[in-house]
Amino acid sequence: MDVALKAARVALVGNPNSGKTALFNALTGAHQKVANYAGVTVERKEGLIRAASGRTLSVLDLPGTYSLRARSPDEEVTRDAILGRLAGETPPDVVVCVADATNLRLVLRLILELKAVGRPMVLALNMYDIAQRQGLRIDLEKLGAELGVPIITTVATRKRGIDDLIAAVEQQVDVAALSESQWHSPDAAALRSAAREAERIMKACVRPPERPDTLTGKIDSVLLHPVGGMLILMAILFVMFQAVFSWAAPLMDGIEGGIGWIGEMVAAILPDGLLQSLIVDGVISGVGSVLVFLPQILILFLFIIALEDFGYMARAAFLMDKIMGGAGLHGRAFIPLLSSFACAIPGVMAARVIDSKRDRLTTILVAPLMTCSARIPVYTLIIAAFIPNETVWGFANLQGVVMFGLYAAGIFSALIVSLVIRKIFWRGAVEPFMMELPTYKVPDLKSVGFNLWLRAKIFLTRAGRIILPAVVILWVLATFPYPPENATLPAIDYSFAGMLGRALEPIFAPIGFNWQMVIALIPGMAAREVAVAALGTTYAIADAENATGLLASTLAQHWSLATALSFLAWYIFAPQCVATLGVVRRETNSLKWTWVMIGYMFGLAYLASFVTYHVAVSMGGG
Amino acid sequence: MTDTIKLSQARRGDRGVIVQVGAHCHHQADAVELERRLLELGFVEGAHVELLHEGLFGRDPIAMKVDDMRVALRRHEAESLMIQLDAA
Repeated sequence: MDVALKAARVALVGNPNSGKTALFNALTGAHQKVANYAGVTVERKEGLIRAASGRTLSVLDLPGTYSLRARSPDEEVTRDAILGRLAGETPPDVVVCVADATNLRLVLRLILELKAVGRPMVLALNMYDIAQRQGLRIDLEKLGAELGVPIITTVATRKRGIDDLIAAVEQQVDVAALSESQWHSPDAAALRSAAREAERIMKACVRPPERPDTLTGKIDSVLLHPVGGMLILMAILFVMFQAVFSWAAPLMDGIEGGIGWIGEMVAAILPDGLLQSLIVDGVISGVGSVLVFLPQILILFLFIIALEDFGYMARAAFLMDKIMGGAGLHGRAFIPLLSSFACAIPGVMAARVIDSKRDRLTTILVAPLMTCSARIPVYTLIIAAFIPNETVWGFANLQGVVMFGLYAAGIFSALIVSLVIRKIFWRGAVEPFMMELPTYKVPDLKSVGFNLWLRAKIFLTRAGRIILPAVVILWVLATFPYPPENATLPAIDYSFAGMLGRALEPIFAPIGFNWQMVIALIPGMAAREVAVAALGTTYAIADAENATGLLASTLAQHWSLATALSFLAWYIFAPQCVATLGVVRRETNSLKWTWVMIGYMFGLAYLASFVTYHVAVSMGGG
Repeated sequence: MTDTIKLSQARRGDRGVIVQVGAHCHHQADAVELERRLLELGFVEGAHVELLHEGLFGRDPIAMKVDDMRVALRRHEAESLMIQLDAA
């Protein structure tokens, strides 16, 4: 008789940098689902394996941690998942502790802590090939006896030991009994004695490597050199930005062309009317306006993932900590803020790497001030229209100088705002900065590609979920009600968006905006660059995005220089992106902080535009 | 003769053994938490440390070798660690 084997749940835990995610990928391959845990914003990665015995194992990749005594939201998830406290999650049947075989000391202490939880456990000694190459001798039998858990050696990147690991997990499901959890948050004394115990086990079972890794030390002496390291970091950033903006350009043009083509095809198939307008003007162009940024985001993530896997990101955080700290930010905020130059959405999500809640919140609040690529179409349009293309100071292009100034204004204001946040909201409290500097490793091409693909999927589904409803709402606002029969103005003037624009005009008059601009700001809430298309519509030029040159000359006739500069100042600060606001709402899990962000950013935008406009008028730019 | 100093006063190249983790005043929740975090990252009494790198500004933060791993921290946190310098 065939008895169907009971499905089992497996959780992977381990220190950061233990190759846990690589092991998870090796175990589950492409069969993984990335979602969020209910109520929290920590990424939940789960995959299914079909064991040789026919049993189904569902594997959960838990965030890396040094201790079950959680500090960050990520680590809380790990603790609660292991303890079976997480809402909507069944506790795991087997815990697989993933350890870097070359770096055992801290994970041994974690294992002692995990054992108190009382769930069946398997220890996966990962990166075992590196340990062997270094001549590091681990007495596996003795270690297994000391810890009381079965040990499997693995090389996740080469898929070695995976079947053995699955078999060991299955065995634990069958034989091991659950016992009541004895775990409680350890105090300093408990941590000390556990560390001593780990040290004793280490001495008894592990012989130090005959050929220890010296490469990391050598690379660090270059990359962490006080001056040289800083210069290298700047060079890496320079190359990265070049790549994001120049490599992506042809791809972006291609996507833009493709979307335009799809729009035309759909327009040709569907009869003229509401449905065609909704699909072509609303859905395709709206979603397309976000899709266009995919190449930039992928190139940026390619750099970030490769540098992270190499072990460089912790070094970048080290180098930048003092500078960021001066503005009240954590060294680790460097990565999220860097991502925000492509798009604030991955930037805000990347803030998860920051342990402390306060530092994370500060980072999220200032991330949208970084000049994201959606601002570029707006900036280039206005600059092309109003800033003469001439050389200043003998070498610099004036248009380029203005562009640089806009970027600098974003960075500078982010530093000021984070300083103010620290002074107002959490005075005095300084969160500790300490982190492991992992051993350098050559990034595995396949795993980089895999993670990149995962990022693309996440970006597209998330953006789609937020952008799609938003563009439909904006389309409704901009389409209804219809213009009267004898309309002389563009249709948008008669719509709800038009009415709203006129109603809001008095508010924007002091900063030099006319009602056409106010109308453009409304659909521009969907995404910043949509304002370009919207300006095109209000000035009744078809296909504005492809004809910025034409639109630029129209704007040059209709706007004063002061108005144009005021518009630029507005775009440095205004949170004109519902997708970002949606992500901030979810990542902070707080409506209050989302409104704080909306409030301060609109406030700064208004103030900056007001000052810019009046200074420009007084200098004769009106 | 060997000296016992705060880790925050150490300079690049200094080596020693940790003799005390955590400040003596345990009245503040912050200090208690910091002590536990340091212990979890391997800063335990008896651990061998070496200061490998210093940051550009104010020689802060510092990169340490702690037994066989590398850890970065600020001098502010290093203040609650006492080390006994190896005899030169």
